[in-house]
Amino acid sequence: MSFLRTALKNRSFTIGFAITALVVAMAAISFVWTPYGVDDQRVMEVGLQKPSLTYWLGTDNLGRDLLSRIMVGARNSIAVALVAVIIGVGLGVPLGCWAASRGGLVDEALMRGNDVVFAFPALLSAVMITATFGPGAINAIIAIGIFNIPVFARLSRGAALALWKREFIMAARAAGKSAPRITVEHIIPNMSNLLIVQATIAFALGIIQEAGLAYVGLGTQPPFPSWGKMLNEAQTMMAFAPHLAIVPGLAIVITVLGLNLLGDGLRDVLDPKLANRRPAEGDA
Amino acid sequence: MSLLDIENLSLSIGDTPILHDVSLTVGAGEIVGIVGESGSGKSMTALAAMQLLPEGSSTTGSISFQNQQVQGADDALMQDLRGDDMAMIFQEPMTALNPVQTIGDQVAEGMILHEGLSKADAEARAKTLLERVGLPSNRYPLSRYPHELSGGQRQRVMIAMACAQSPDLLIADEPTTALDVTLQAQILRLLRDLVAEQGMGLILISHDLAVVAEMTDQLVVMRHGRVVEAGPTGKTLKALAHPYTAQLAAASSHIPKRTKPPVLTSEQTVNPLVQVKNVSRHYSQRRQSFFHKSPPVKAVNDVSFDLFPAQSMGLVGESGCGKSTLARLVLALDAPTAGDIHLDGESLLTTPPAQMPALRRKMQIVFQDPFASFNPRHTMERAVAEPLYLEPNLSKADRRDRVVAALKEVGLTASALTKYPHEFSGGQRQRLAIARALITRPQLIVADEPVSALDVSIRAQVMDLFTHLRERLGLTYLFISHDLGVVRAMCDEVLVMDGGKIVERGPVDDIFDNPQSEAAQRLVEATPDLERALALRNDAA
Repeated sequence: MSFLRTALKNRSFTIGFAITALVVAMAAISFVWTPYGVDDQRVMEVGLQKPSLTYWLGTDNLGRDLLSRIMVGARNSIAVALVAVIIGVGLGVPLGCWAASRGGLVDEALMRGNDVVFAFPALLSAVMITATFGPGAINAIIAIGIFNIPVFARLSRGAALALWKREFIMAARAAGKSAPRITVEHIIPNMSNLLIVQATIAFALGIIQEAGLAYVGLGTQPPFPSWGKMLNEAQTMMAFAPHLAIVPGLAIVITVLGLNLLGDGLRDVLDPKLANRRPAEGDA
Repeated sequence: MSLLDIENLSLSIGDTPILHDVSLTVGAGEIVGIVGESGSGKSMTALAAMQLLPEGSSTTGSISFQNQQVQGADDALMQDLRGDDMAMIFQEPMTALNPVQTIGDQVAEGMILHEGLSKADAEARAKTLLERVGLPSNRYPLSRYPHELSGGQRQRVMIAMACAQSPDLLIADEPTTALDVTLQAQILRLLRDLVAEQGMGLILISHDLAVVAEMTDQLVVMRHGRVVEAGPTGKTLKALAHPYTAQLAAASSHIPKRTKPPVLTSEQTVNPLVQVKNVSRHYSQRRQSFFHKSPPVKAVNDVSFDLFPAQSMGLVGESGCGKSTLARLVLALDAPTAGDIHLDGESLLTTPPAQMPALRRKMQIVFQDPFASFNPRHTMERAVAEPLYLEPNLSKADRRDRVVAALKEVGLTASALTKYPHEFSGGQRQRLAIARALITRPQLIVADEPVSALDVSIRAQVMDLFTHLRERLGLTYLFISHDLGVVRAMCDEVLVMDGGKIVERGPVDDIFDNPQSEAAQRLVEATPDLERALALRNDAA
């Protein structure tokens, strides 16, 4: 709890945390309640409407309530980005730590493999993967997740290499502990701050990438709503119904902004050099 | 007329008072030493003179430099003075230089800035300056980067930078603490010569009384932000009028009480605890080119020695002589490229992994830096219990009992169990590091510079603890240090290493009183010694 108290003094953390919490809450509420049915098409009765008191964010040309669709779409964005981050952390961190603890050929091979993955523009390759294996939420997750692996591998390798030189690691080695055990007990806890911040940023990127894939029709398939898909559908009606594009566009921008602020804030809060939480050491 | 005049300076940062009524004066051509332990405020006094205090500091009193009031002076005046008229050298030469600028650029920078010299002129001057501090440009061209130099060479670059504008006042804050004794002697000689040549004032901040006794004219002893005693160095250190000065002097030449070195029984001399046989550790370097393999670095080169039970063996040498590598080999943290090491009759190289825990239990390590040797995220109970990983069959209660027993052994109580490393002082942490080493009830403890990061009074306590434990538990020590005083106080025998080889071996007193090898002579000569320094002084009343 004391962590949250210090963290809330940081403005970007507070704003980012509030926005992220709002988006997550929206997605969670959508499981039990939405203002209107997500797929209720009422072309005749309702039709295309601008935002109003009855339809807060307006409706689309098929008479579907935009707020409901945004809420349900948030679920999709969060799920895809979250699982992609979990793939990145789950595979990238062990690979990076392995490379750091073994060094030599293993390190060299893994890092050059990393470079190969890095050499492809992530979104283009994701398009390639989903185009090859068929569009859908699962393939989008895999495509985005693969490109998170080298990011986390490189980050954790660098951090682990620095940690391996520390004396408390040497003490653990003198206690006969194996490299994997030292990695779990000493290395990963000491780089968790870095990983948390990077995960937040990767999460934000994942949301953009998911929207991009859905926009070109390679993400979640209709009728399930998705922010990217909604943007795509709005394209032809931009001239007379701009709110159709503005609403999902704003949803993406605000969510990503919130996550980036959260990541920024977390970095400041978690970095012990900035936080001044430790007593001064050495000569005053 | 004095150069720097500090009168009744008090300083607080936030609500914490740091300095109380500090007064000192430095004349031209005079060397003033400030000694004191961590937290005594000696660095802060220096920073106050430079007006480089951290944010949130408030000061009262007066600081005048060349009859100019600098206390509370604006930044424009101070920037003019700093570098030009007053300069400072820091402790850590590794971090005080900009890693992406060549040494030539860094030395020349101040001249271009303060004197408006052209780049070519400044470089020419930089060249002579670097030559003056012992870095001739034919061997150390201006285009070198800091990482291409050793610690001592970097400190020379720092001194060249500081002296570039022939400052009137130079402040050296622990300039040699990060260096080994031979480099320390060279740097101190250089500073003394520069003071004599340029007639500048020098404030030398140090925790080492012997260094101060050798170097300074005036001495200021500080404690808890107050000046406890000040006066001519020789007189002050001979009279030891103030109890704190006497206490510092006693601690810095402290020798733990110990019984005679154990006489080895014939059985013991037949069965050494550690047997190092023709051990080498070579590191391959990056290839020079595709076709040219670089010669390997011979960190340890054909070393053999025996260590008998209950013996305390010192291992001394300059930095880079291979002593830490040898320690890692003995602890089986690294494998030799040739030779073999036996512990208690069993080879570290051929023992199957399943039997290694039993062997590792017999040897533990204590490191130099008590701040770096604990995982900051583990409680002390977990940290101290770490080596018990080698004894997997202990119950949780047994583990805790062992931790408490080990803490008691080093003079700490069970209240330490739930605390984190940063809640302890340096001396307490070093005790905890010793507790961690003791917990497997080892026979051999390898101590890598275990007291060199500690204040003198704490150092004396930790040395006593080592000696006490050895006598009580029959421990065998391999004691690595560049401080001959510590080795002399702690060890029976000593190995002198140079360039990866053992060049001399014998009883401590023999070697230090009558060194045969060149490396040992260098070390003995360079080691600052309080008594010797005082004997050479003629200013004592």
